[in-house]
Amino acid sequence: MGEPVVQVLGGATLADRSKDALAVAFVALLLGIPMVGLTTVDQGGTLQVATRWPILAAFVLAVFAGRLVLRYLADRLGERRVRRERSLTSSDQRRTAGGRRMIVRVGWLAFIGALLLPIAFSDNRYVVDTATTVLIYVMLGWGLNVVVGLAGLLDLGHVAFYAVGAYAYALLSTQFGWGFWVALPVAGLIAAGFGLIIGWPSLRLRGDYLAIVTLGFGEIIRVILINWTEFSGGPNGITSIPRPTFFGLPFKPPSDEPTFASFFGLEFSPVHRIVFLYYVILVLCVLTNVFVTRLRRLPVGRAWEAVREDEIACKALGINVTNVKLSAFVLGAMLGGVAGVFFAARQGFISPESFTFNESAIILAIVVLGGMGSQLGVVLASLVLVLLPELGRDFAEYRMLLFGTAMILIMIWKPGGILSKREPTLRHAREEGRP
Amino acid sequence: MNVVKNKKWESGKCMALALQQLINGLTLGAVYGLIAIGYTMVYGIIGMINFAHGDIYMVSAFIAVSAFTLLASLGITSVPLALLTVLLLSVLFTSVYGWAVERTAYRPLRGSTRLAPLISAIGMSIFLQNMVQLTQGARVKPIPPVVVGGFDLYASEGFTVHLAYSQLLIVIVTVALMAAFSYVIGKTSFGRQQRACEQDPTMTALLGINVDRTISLTFMLGATLAAVAGVLVTVYYGVVDFYIGFVAGIKAFTAAVLGGIGSMPGAMLGGLLIGLVEAFWAAYLSPEYKDVATFSILILVLMFRPSGLLGRPEVEKV
Amino acid sequence: MSERQPLLAVDRLTMRFGGLTAIDDLSLDVHTGRITAVIGPNGAGKTTLFNCMTGFYKPTVGSVRLNHPQRGTLALEALASHQVARAAQVVRTFQNIRLFPKMTVLENLIVAQHNPLQEASRFSLAGLLGLPSYRRAETQAVEKAVRWLTRLGLIDKADLAAGDLPYGTQRRIEIARALCVDPILLCLDEPAAGLNPRESAELNALLQSLVRDDGLSILLIEHDMNVVMNVSDHICVLNYGRKIAEGTPEAIRTNPSVIQAYLGEEEDERYDGDKGAAR
Repeated sequence: MGEPVVQVLGGATLADRSKDALAVAFVALLLGIPMVGLTTVDQGGTLQVATRWPILAAFVLAVFAGRLVLRYLADRLGERRVRRERSLTSSDQRRTAGGRRMIVRVGWLAFIGALLLPIAFSDNRYVVDTATTVLIYVMLGWGLNVVVGLAGLLDLGHVAFYAVGAYAYALLSTQFGWGFWVALPVAGLIAAGFGLIIGWPSLRLRGDYLAIVTLGFGEIIRVILINWTEFSGGPNGITSIPRPTFFGLPFKPPSDEPTFASFFGLEFSPVHRIVFLYYVILVLCVLTNVFVTRLRRLPVGRAWEAVREDEIACKALGINVTNVKLSAFVLGAMLGGVAGVFFAARQGFISPESFTFNESAIILAIVVLGGMGSQLGVVLASLVLVLLPELGRDFAEYRMLLFGTAMILIMIWKPGGILSKREPTLRHAREEGRP
Repeated sequence: MNVVKNKKWESGKCMALALQQLINGLTLGAVYGLIAIGYTMVYGIIGMINFAHGDIYMVSAFIAVSAFTLLASLGITSVPLALLTVLLLSVLFTSVYGWAVERTAYRPLRGSTRLAPLISAIGMSIFLQNMVQLTQGARVKPIPPVVVGGFDLYASEGFTVHLAYSQLLIVIVTVALMAAFSYVIGKTSFGRQQRACEQDPTMTALLGINVDRTISLTFMLGATLAAVAGVLVTVYYGVVDFYIGFVAGIKAFTAAVLGGIGSMPGAMLGGLLIGLVEAFWAAYLSPEYKDVATFSILILVLMFRPSGLLGRPEVEKV
Repeated sequence: MSERQPLLAVDRLTMRFGGLTAIDDLSLDVHTGRITAVIGPNGAGKTTLFNCMTGFYKPTVGSVRLNHPQRGTLALEALASHQVARAAQVVRTFQNIRLFPKMTVLENLIVAQHNPLQEASRFSLAGLLGLPSYRRAETQAVEKAVRWLTRLGLIDKADLAAGDLPYGTQRRIEIARALCVDPILLCLDEPAAGLNPRESAELNALLQSLVRDDGLSILLIEHDMNVVMNVSDHICVLNYGRKIAEGTPEAIRTNPSVIQAYLGEEEDERYDGDKGAAR
């Protein structure tokens, strides 16, 4: 029974595959000549052409070999998938249940690990600092996940709301002396307001309009921040933004007023503040997670997913699709704003440099690669995407190139993302089991 | 007496400034229009924004820089010959890029979710931008002026209205290209196939027309126009960097929406309008915020006339 | 019978797309407690009629009036599509089934009860806090969904992803989902397309029981003559956007213009059914 299918799939001979790989290599050559083969270098004020034919040859050869191997692997994988689909039984469902329990367990483990991390690395500033950065991206990712993963809207300017939150806190604190905890919700609401202004005109229309509007908005916010010097400090940004305090106790070297260290009778150490900041973002992340996970199980959350699946069906069922989309977009904007507040408070300094399109692209990559709609996937992707450039300069340089490539490949290979198992929001079976 | 003369001088200067901005705006607008047609064509045929289109334009500008430099080092000094060669080279290589974008980021995802091709396209845009940055360098590339000189249309005390030859070139090439293009879309069999695919791809396929090939060709044609725009901009400004595709992409898309997405004359009209708004805004209000002006237009059009100036209202397919 | 006010009155409806007239001056009444069928060859304008009635298209000319027993007379052609379902309680299904494929069957039916649930959740606040009022509403929603799933024989599929189920099952899920909106008028677009004979017999029984036991009114677009002739009280025949005949199944069966326009094209019919099944 198995033979004919295997034969069809494995039918491609070496000659076929070579021919295909040769064609691809030829295209690679055409693409490579102007970009890889040629370049221009500045020599004493004028440009000169420099050739890199050996690199081009290596590139074309690599494409040829890569295509050959990839095609072979793809064919083999295809065969295996066909076999697996045939032997699909009810055990599949049990496996799903097991997978769900596993994910919950991994989630708790990650949380406990995150809780203990500063204690384990109390003498290593760098680790705690990097972990804080990871958590900022987790929070941004979770915010964007509501928009992209749940509601299925493409937001290419998430960083704009991050910037709005950061500048809102920076201005509220430096100009009006607002504290971190008071400014946090207010800045979140301001970001949400911007989300409303941007979302309302574009969300009534087709999905792709939102993508381009958010893309433009992200750029415009940056242009305004750079040019409106009186308001935002221009390219220099805003400095000496107050850091969050521990219930009014600042993290400062000993002075007349009580500080965190003096109050608790500790010796002053700059690590205190870093650890404290880490726990602040951890708390914010946990709150976000609980909030989003609960919302997903409410009517509004189910409506987000329903709109993602089929807008027209939603309309026929009496759901106001625009409002549903708007609620997801505004919520995402608000969470982005809150993350921005934390960012500003942590850095103590912000400038338009931190809010470029690349930043939006990284956040989107986190959501896309992690698995749209999956909370744990976002955490894993944030870890990988933040730690990767830390591994070496080469990685940092090629980072965006890799992200772009990964986004294309993931969409082709597994559009749901790496962790894409969807968890139903309610079950009949359990419902029945209840007394 | 003196006052009258002053006033006259003032109004003359005003007129001159406006005329100059008109020229600059139309030049810029022609370039936006050329890029916008690529958006509109792709949108027409697959109903999706080609997010990588702005980067295709950027790639072509880099090809132009390399080609001009190469020709100069070969000692070719004839301007028309150099221009023609660069245009041909750029169109050739850039259309391969257009083809490759469709094959990798769009075709494998036909029939997938609505979001998937959008994400892969933005991935492609990120890839192209960073690829160029890595292979060609992040610095701005200046080339020596190719087309120098121009006419002084009007000169009075302290102010001249100048029409550069490069501006004239842009307008002439754009007009010629538009004419050729209307012919291709309106009269050739490819044009008929293209329009058929726009209206009903399934039916078109049933009639034995190769839809895949038509879509590929549409991407390549869009890239061709972007390539010409890239060469013209390189000639006009003389500088290129890897970021130009991003901003030009957003503006050209705005132009396509303003003109009515799916409509080719609309895209050109939208491009010219955006170019004019930008030039006048930069001259009279503030050059720093000219991008804000374009973006505000996008938002206003989406709010009040989402079908654009020449577009037909979209009917949701139920 | 004719003196009674109709539930739905389509009056001189015309829909043009550019130069194409999809519906041409069509008038049609749908009465309470009946099954009304609209039949006609492919491209006769049946689905366009549904789209005009349910707010997806704005008709070029004409009106669609619903005499709602509690809410008075409503102009459906002026309502947005979601308002047609929400305010007028006219709910439709789609020819090319539109489920939420990744969501479970039960979730599909809960989403259909979005509006009352959203109200009960008070902007999600009561829901976030898990207040008893919201939990009660949710339990009721689940109960209603379970009731319809049981009635349509889908209860053992409740926790499966809707998109993974067979075609015939998906059709039933879509009907069950529409029923969860509490319609007074249920509009079904080719509910029997792609069903096997046993399934389409079950559908007949279901439609009749919905009218008899639940007091629903049904408007039906259908190709399957078995279904149409067995269950309809009243049939309206369209051809090229015009009404060419109207009456009881017996009258339609013997109407010469109908036979010519529609029943003569049996070959096409069979092809259409096959296509549906293959989908």
